[in-house]
Amino acid sequence: MNLTLLMYLIPSLIMFGCGVYGFLTRKNMIAIMISLELMLNSIDINFVLFNRYLFPEQMEGMFFTLFAIAIAAAETALALAIIINVFRIAKDVDINKINKLKF
Amino acid sequence: MESVGNIIMYFVIALAIIVFSVLTVTTRKILRAATYLLFTLFATAALYFQLDYAFLGAVQIAVYAGGIVVLFVFSILLTHNPGEDSAPLESHRKWLGIIAAVAGVAVCGFALFSYAQFCGQAIPEMTAPGIEDIGKFLLSTDKWGYLLPFEALSVLLLACIIGGVVIARRR
Repeated sequence: MNLTLLMYLIPSLIMFGCGVYGFLTRKNMIAIMISLELMLNSIDINFVLFNRYLFPEQMEGMFFTLFAIAIAAAETALALAIIINVFRIAKDVDINKINKLKF
Repeated sequence: MESVGNIIMYFVIALAIIVFSVLTVTTRKILRAATYLLFTLFATAALYFQLDYAFLGAVQIAVYAGGIVVLFVFSILLTHNPGEDSAPLESHRKWLGIIAAVAGVAVCGFALFSYAQFCGQAIPEMTAPGIEDIGKFLLSTDKWGYLLPFEALSVLLLACIIGGVVIARRR
C-alpha cells in the first residue's frame, strides 16, 4: 500500500470544509477567527504536499508555508487586538450586535 | 511501498485531523473550540514531520500551538465567561453553512478523484532539507533566494507589533 497524494489531500480538504462551515455559521468573532485558522492551516498543508510530491528536490512550497505561518500569526494578533478593543467598547463580540462603526 | 509504521501513523494523523477539525466547528463552548484547534494544529505538525519537513513541523508547533492558540485562549478569557454555552445556531444559517461547505468539498473532491491518476502517485524519494539549506536559501539573493520576502516579513511583523500596541492599549 502506498501513501498517495490523494490520501493526504482528503484530510486537508475536510479541514477546509469545516473552516468554511464555521466561518459561515458562527456569530462569535473569536470563533470566526478560529475557523479562519483552520482554513489557512489546510492551505499550508496543500503547499507542503505539492512541494513534497511534485518537486521533492526544491523547497518552494516549504518556504511559502513558512511565510504563510508568519503572516497568519501577525494577522491573528492584530485581529484579536481589534476584537478585544471592540469588546471593551461594545461589551460584546457577537457580529450581529456590533453594527455601528462609531460609538 | 511504505513501511507499516508509516501507514499506521498516516491513519492516526488523518483521523485526528478530521475528527478534531469537525469538533472545532461543532462544539458550543468556545474554549473547547480553541483546544480542539490546538489538537488539529498538532496533528498538522505531525503530518509535516512525517513528510520529512522537520523544521516546518517545529515552526508549526512553536508559532501556531505556542503562540496563536495562547493568544486565542487569552482573548477568550478576556471576553467570555468560561464554561458558558454559545447560543444555538439559527436553523437557516446552519443549513446555509452545511450546504456551502458540503458543496465546496464535493466539487473539490470530484476534481481530486477525476485526477486520480495524477493524485495516486507514490511519495518520491527526498533527502530531508537540512537547517543549513533552509538558512542558505532564506538569506540568499540568488535566483532561489528568499531574502526580500524575509525582510518584507520582518517589516510586516514590526508593523503588526506597533499596530497591536496602538489598538489594544487602554485609553
